[in-house]
Amino acid sequence: MNTVVAIEPRHAAGQRLRERIFQGATLAAAVLVLLLLGGVAVSLAVGSWPAFARFGVSFLTREVWNPVTDQFGALAPVYGTLVTSFLALLLGIPVSFGIAIFLTELAPVWLKRPVGVAIELLAAVPSIIYGIWGLFVLAPILQRHVQPWLIAVLGPLPVAGRLFQGPPFGIGILTASFVLAIMVIPFISAVMRDVFETVPDVLKESGYGLGATTWEVIWQVVVPYARTGIIGGVMLGLGRALGETMAVTFVIGNAHRIGSSLLAPGTTISATIANEFTEAVGDLYTSSLVALGALLFVITFAVIAAARYMLMRLERRALSSL
Amino acid sequence: MNRRTLRKLTNALALGLSGIATAIGLFFLGAILWTLVSRGLAGMSWQVFSAMTPPPGGSGGLLNAIYGSVVMTVIGILIGGPVGMLAGTYLAEYGRTSRLSAVVRFVNDVLLSAPSIIIGLFVYELLVIRMGHFSALAGAVALAIIAMPVTVRTTEDMLNLVPQGMKDASTAMGAYHWRTITSVIYPAARSGIVTGLLLAVARISGETAPLLFTALNNQFWSGNLNAPMANLPVVIFQFALSPYPNWQKLAWTGALIITFSILVLSISARVVVSSLNTGGDR
Repeated sequence: MNTVVAIEPRHAAGQRLRERIFQGATLAAAVLVLLLLGGVAVSLAVGSWPAFARFGVSFLTREVWNPVTDQFGALAPVYGTLVTSFLALLLGIPVSFGIAIFLTELAPVWLKRPVGVAIELLAAVPSIIYGIWGLFVLAPILQRHVQPWLIAVLGPLPVAGRLFQGPPFGIGILTASFVLAIMVIPFISAVMRDVFETVPDVLKESGYGLGATTWEVIWQVVVPYARTGIIGGVMLGLGRALGETMAVTFVIGNAHRIGSSLLAPGTTISATIANEFTEAVGDLYTSSLVALGALLFVITFAVIAAARYMLMRLERRALSSL
Repeated sequence: MNRRTLRKLTNALALGLSGIATAIGLFFLGAILWTLVSRGLAGMSWQVFSAMTPPPGGSGGLLNAIYGSVVMTVIGILIGGPVGMLAGTYLAEYGRTSRLSAVVRFVNDVLLSAPSIIIGLFVYELLVIRMGHFSALAGAVALAIIAMPVTVRTTEDMLNLVPQGMKDASTAMGAYHWRTITSVIYPAARSGIVTGLLLAVARISGETAPLLFTALNNQFWSGNLNAPMANLPVVIFQFALSPYPNWQKLAWTGALIITFSILVLSISARVVVSSLNTGGDR
């Protein structure tokens, strides 16, 4: 074989042109990602402008939501969003932590993958499925068995009791938090599992070498080492819970009010938008709903950005320690 | 009780609790799937796939909703997939270490977990208001925007797995970068990229919130992309919350169909990945 490859000038020019076109296309696609986020921010700002111009800062502090008199305030949905997300984390974090420990430290090798995949599948179930399941299966169970018990046992308590008073509706803030908790579990536990796995074996072995039990190694070696990642995972779950729409819409009860009881119906930002947007008449009503969306965008953006930043820092540390 | 027993007890308790936590997670997956099967199977019949959504009390199926969902998901992935792949290619190949890439990666991660209802609002402001009406096209665009970040992420990850030696070999033969990417890197990362697309399809085919005020819904058969189109998630939403038993029954059947399609997609995507990792694919 005696082949000589000679690159014709014309061929080379064609190649160079295609190279430019292809590179340009990839660059354009990458920039489009930025433009999308920018576009979302701008369109929400423009859409919410009439509402903010009319109500100003009081939009954030008023509880009233009356489409008939065109009076809108974001306090009730914002309150509902924050409370349900907080409770979801409260219920979800311990379970996620346990799952992550089980998957990284306890499970025999043959069990790791199937259990891990099963938990991940919990994240693949569409949120509307959580919604109908929550409304038709979970809510009746909570109404009949759990909530009467909470009212009877915790209701009479001096201060905390106010959270558990009133009739057992079945749907409401507590039920929504419960469903959200199930939904954030796969996200938080997946991140926790991944960061637990980045803990160098040498560190754990040193712990065992000193005679520590498995739990002591987890609590005093693994957790401190993986702290940033754990917080990042929790924030990611929080971002998920804050923006979750369909599941919450089914079970929250959609009442624009702030009740002291967790058993009472409430609403969240996303549930309000989902329920009312297509029915909203009048510019101010629509604009107020978009303004709610803008608030949600700002809150989740901050939370997700913080989470990603923490996880990114952790990744960099893992890379530099290699 | 001496200190040693206490430590052992704490250990057993903590580890036992972590096992229980895992059981709780698995229990909910099982409970949800069981509910879907037991309630959805009752309404499963040939009619579900052959008839249109019925009026309250009448009999019918989900054909138009299934068709609409498939159409919008396909268009969504046809738009979001290639664009996401190109952006992922930029991140992995051209702009690997550039400043821009760091920003794009960050923004992409934010988009990846942004609430889907916000994307719905965005597309409403962007398309629906301008076109003056709800349309299947707007729904598909909303789904494309959700599919894109998923594809960007998986494409970048998969391209990074291609051995540098293969890229160098191609470059050494005088190939331009685009030629190396399209003829060497893409084929080498094919299964991974396909997996990413499958995951993106799984993600968007169950999305409801962004379709509520983009594609809306349609009680009838419609093949018109410029008009509202029925789709499974919104039909499930509407039917489940209705007071009519026949609608509720169809909602459960629809929920069963959609969930199992998505689970099959996600599981097959994972099978592809694991065959990649063990070298079973090549």
